[in-house]
Amino acid sequence: MTTRLFVSRDAAARAVGADKVAAALREEAGRRGIEIDIVRTGSRGLFWLEPMVEAETPDGRIAFGPVAARDVPGLLAGGLPIGTGHPLCLGRPEDIPFLKRQTRLTFARCGIVDPLSFADWRAHGGGRGLDRARSLGPAKTLEEVTRSGLRGRGGAGFPTGIKWQTVADASADRKYIVCNADEGDSGTFADRMLLEGDPFALIEGMAIAGFAVGAAKGFVYIRSEYPDAIRTFGHAVRLAEAGGLLGPGAGLDIEVRVGAGAYVCGEETALLESIEGRRGQVRAKPPLPAHRGLFGRPTVVNNLVSLATVPWILAEGAEAYADFGMGRSRGTMPIQLAGNIRHGGLFEAAFGVTLGELVDEIGGGTRSGRPVRAVQVGGPLGAYFPRALFDTPFDYEAFTTREGLIGHGGVVVFDDTVDMARQARFAMAFCAIESCGKCTPCRIGSTRGVETIDKIIRGERTAANLELVEDLCQTMKFGSLCALGGFTPYPVMSAIRHFPEDFVRPPVSAAAE
Amino acid sequence: MEIVRRHDGGEGPLLPILHDLQAAFGSVPEPAIRFLAEALNITRAEVHGVVSFYHDFRREPAGRHVLKLCRAEACQSVEGEAFARRVLDRFGLDWGSTTPDGRLTIEATYCLGLCASAPSAMLDGEPMARLNDESIDEIAREVSR
Repeated sequence: MTTRLFVSRDAAARAVGADKVAAALREEAGRRGIEIDIVRTGSRGLFWLEPMVEAETPDGRIAFGPVAARDVPGLLAGGLPIGTGHPLCLGRPEDIPFLKRQTRLTFARCGIVDPLSFADWRAHGGGRGLDRARSLGPAKTLEEVTRSGLRGRGGAGFPTGIKWQTVADASADRKYIVCNADEGDSGTFADRMLLEGDPFALIEGMAIAGFAVGAAKGFVYIRSEYPDAIRTFGHAVRLAEAGGLLGPGAGLDIEVRVGAGAYVCGEETALLESIEGRRGQVRAKPPLPAHRGLFGRPTVVNNLVSLATVPWILAEGAEAYADFGMGRSRGTMPIQLAGNIRHGGLFEAAFGVTLGELVDEIGGGTRSGRPVRAVQVGGPLGAYFPRALFDTPFDYEAFTTREGLIGHGGVVVFDDTVDMARQARFAMAFCAIESCGKCTPCRIGSTRGVETIDKIIRGERTAANLELVEDLCQTMKFGSLCALGGFTPYPVMSAIRHFPEDFVRPPVSAAAE
Repeated sequence: MEIVRRHDGGEGPLLPILHDLQAAFGSVPEPAIRFLAEALNITRAEVHGVVSFYHDFRREPAGRHVLKLCRAEACQSVEGEAFARRVLDRFGLDWGSTTPDGRLTIEATYCLGLCASAPSAMLDGEPMARLNDESIDEIAREVSR
């Protein structure tokens, strides 16, 4: 009898040797005459356990990890099923606490199905959302999305249903659905995981969006730093066309666009400029993309996670989704635990889980074993949080109240060796590298910011220069056209406010003596 | 020519064309700018503006191997900068430079989405993560092939 073994094809699993493990399994099984079928899935998102191997048994899957190619002969030594007494045995993956504590709605299939099997997707509930949307009709579909409380998962948190309604109400010769998969924030990988692990979920979400607002063409803008995701998603689009989910009969065509290494193209209007073939420069709003977006037409621009969540909402109903969460943050958020963390990975949970629970309990503290000192939430434009704020619940408003943002859900952990003045400097330097150049506060402000923080690091006129940085941050925050210049003050000011001791330094000349 | 024709009739075809050009020639050479401007009926300044805006497009071909080392926050948190410095020193390179024999170019990148397994890199498009000093030997072996 052929036994199915599951090995991830996610880039983060391949990066630590998953291909070699799959090849070793094939070779060793061949040598021993064991019949196996290796299914390359997406990742479950438990990255400290990758490469993870799951074996099918009559009682479900049993996981082993992290498996190195040299472990494979030992793993198959006793034939199949592999004994649960093996030192790498993790038991049933669903019982691993990191996974057990999650509420997987958007990522329900990720790590389980073969991402390039249309049949597998169908068998695991794929397509039910689109079917229900079609039976409800466009107006009722829109209503479902609005009632679910879904908000933009790219970070802005704008209600998805209202955005869709605006596009639906606009009259034009054609409309577009644009998926923002330009996931440039450090500490985030949810878009990448979904593109590589359950691409049909996004395709279905876009099909529902197109149906609801009356758009026949969709673009998925994926950053060039994600070659695996581009490859897998492109393949999935062709399979979806063959399977009738996309194409002339389905009402929506999707084109994949590849970015070219510009962080600012994650900003929606810069992204539209880039698709149109121009420099990724931010447009002034209004007009909103929902009124005049891609090629001047009404356009839905949604984050990938928002779009990929829509099929679940339609399949299970708006109330079921809205039952999760807290306050005005309804549903779940795929939180990504990254950086210096013991158990790093994707943790999808209802809004409301606190930063402390995420970092200390779920993430298990630092990988280095040293105390956690700072946590940056929401990417390079997100604030640094000290331990004192670990009671902050994951919720759009709660983070805003504490002068931070949840962004795309990335959480990067730093231990006590971090130099927060250096981190503040990096935030300004990154803004300078990535600024599109259109507005002055961002273009010039970031460079002046680097220079001024350098003076602080050298111990020159600390108090006066800190005051100058604060003033500069005010200008950037209120004077920039988009979030790049507008939010760079978050990491800078939070570093200064919560870790002031790192900014008071002896003058360089004195220190050298 | 062939590449431009392939995108004929597409909506906003400039970026896909530039990607294809670079895949074929290793860079976007100067003569291509004039040619594209004529083919797409836009000004040379517009094409130049796009080519120079995006970090990905090269004016000169890179080395035979390209190593992209992540310098973003998640990699910084696990001493990625010190690691990157050791890699650069090992090959005698600085950011963006190429070995004299044209074998290797090392570039900075800001996030590869491998942030739970930092530090990370990409060698000729293949992801690498949880890097340590043994990985530098591995990179050296790959590059010497």
